[in-house]
Amino acid sequence: MAEPFAVLDCALISVATGENAHTLRELRDRLMNTDDPGIMYYHFWDAMLRPRFVDPEFQNDFSAWAWHDLHDRRLAERLAIVNPADFHYMDDLRHKVIDVIEDRMEEPDFNPLIHVEYPFFLMRSQIVVFDTGIRIEHPEEMPQRIEKMSAGSIFYHFIDSRRRTESGENDFSEWLRGINSQYTDLTDKIAAIDPYFNSLTELRNQLATILKAQFAKGGA
Amino acid sequence: MAEMLDNYAMVAGNDVINHLRQLAEPLKGMKVIHVNSTKEGGGVAEILHNLIPLKQELGLDAVWHVISGESEFYQCTKKMHNALQGNREVISEHLLNIYEQTNQTNFEALRNDLQTADIVFIHDPQPAPLLDFCTRRKGKWIWRCHIDASHPYRPVWKYLRRFIFGYDASIWSLPDFARPMPHPLYIIPPSIDPLSDKNCELSPEEIDMICTEFQLYRNHPILVQISRFDRFKDPVGVIESYRLAKVFNPRLQLVLAGGGATDDPEGAEVLAEVRSSANKDADIHILLLPPDAHRTVNALQRVSDITLQKSIREGFGLTVTEAMWKGKPVIGGNTGGIRRQVINHHTGFLVNTPEGAALRIRYLLTHKDKINEMGTKARAYVRENFLLTRHLREYLSLMLAVIRGTRERIELY
Repeated sequence: MAEPFAVLDCALISVATGENAHTLRELRDRLMNTDDPGIMYYHFWDAMLRPRFVDPEFQNDFSAWAWHDLHDRRLAERLAIVNPADFHYMDDLRHKVIDVIEDRMEEPDFNPLIHVEYPFFLMRSQIVVFDTGIRIEHPEEMPQRIEKMSAGSIFYHFIDSRRRTESGENDFSEWLRGINSQYTDLTDKIAAIDPYFNSLTELRNQLATILKAQFAKGGA
Repeated sequence: MAEMLDNYAMVAGNDVINHLRQLAEPLKGMKVIHVNSTKEGGGVAEILHNLIPLKQELGLDAVWHVISGESEFYQCTKKMHNALQGNREVISEHLLNIYEQTNQTNFEALRNDLQTADIVFIHDPQPAPLLDFCTRRKGKWIWRCHIDASHPYRPVWKYLRRFIFGYDASIWSLPDFARPMPHPLYIIPPSIDPLSDKNCELSPEEIDMICTEFQLYRNHPILVQISRFDRFKDPVGVIESYRLAKVFNPRLQLVLAGGGATDDPEGAEVLAEVRSSANKDADIHILLLPPDAHRTVNALQRVSDITLQKSIREGFGLTVTEAMWKGKPVIGGNTGGIRRQVINHHTGFLVNTPEGAALRIRYLLTHKDKINEMGTKARAYVRENFLLTRHLREYLSLMLAVIRGTRERIELY
């Protein structure tokens, strides 16, 4: 039997880079001049752990800024559809965002003089990882355990795992794969969950549903 | 022994307290010093009153020192405060000399503690130069800015920032306020203590008694703004909003209540302006409260139908958080930290003018269901984001990060 699955929890602490952008051109320039992967990570993924009431369709900070502050709906829509899960390296994601911005700047109706009241602040974060003391010994325990996990635990094991693990996947699939090859079907189903367009609560519910269905039908 | 933490667990949850204990474990026994310039009045003193005992209960050797000075020192630091918030303030060479000398004098008094501390938190500009005098420091020094420094008056900021550059990290309430520095810029919003006299539950009898004391009628709508008498809080603008809304709600009452801070020499002058603007309107209650009137403030916030915080500049606006915790919608100035708390149309309304505030007052008073709906959301929002336990978790995280030199991950397992 593999090592038990250690359920961890996490919290983020925001760190400003001191850089901001009042225009789209400035934002493009700032992005071109940074090589800190934490910045892209913060603006695409960390938003999931931040509180919000509105804009589930604008999952990343770039698209939300384009919509609310630049009032550039075309750009906002194009940035919103960029899925960070498609990019193994944050640097590739950064280049994608720069491409989208530059494409927009080339268009004839783009107004380069728009100077926003509330600038875009480039940020990164530090993550603090806590031990919940909970260990999952057998895969059959997973549905029940996952249902009770905090948003921080889901973020850690499903989102943060992408930059920690060799496969760039979630910790649950990694653990199941290490136990037994008979869970391939299950790990595929878990990996197929689209984490980006869900809240952490929705993610937890989807995970629990898949796991319950799996073990209700009698194991692997 | 762990009584306080147990009480917080009842409000914030056991997980939250467990996180604090894990974070504090490697910091146990460390000497942590906070330095600011006032023991009473204003958000900074309040936060320190709440934070220090919790740090102590978690096993840290936490201490709080207050620097002191003559009236010219406070004149100078008030000007600095106003300048960081954007006012064009010319500060004379003489006052700047007093500022530096006062810091040197205070350093001599605190020398031993400051030199041997593992971590020193310096709050706001008043004690900022202490680091320059502490040439034989042992620990890490962190500067905490509680002010909206998003558009500082440049000459004053240029003077001040040379004292800040040498710190190991700085903390700002919002990204908007953070100024570029050669060290990490942490973003940590402040918090309220849900168990303090200011925020705890009150009995109906106590609330009634305070209403009687101030001749407030519970069956007539009540607007409340709690803040120091400071022009940046726009108390005169609040009176204007009240007057515009009163045309449609003749029984409307307004409470403008606040105390003075010992480091704010302008309070009396502003209070006089506010009294003059109220022009003896019997429904405007201007209350100058003593610094320990926490339960009175608590009651006033609880009896309000709507809370106002119509600031034109605001570092964070803890009175907004307090009112939201009591389930009140807030009509707040579209500025600084208020923008992070008042989520437009969800936890209240953001406004830019007295007219805008009057419009929202009228709207809410004719849609009482919205008052309850927004109030419920507001309380939940504070529970998740602005309680002392979150604040403390971020301070402890920062301390570990600074001590370990961590850039990205702090792993506690």
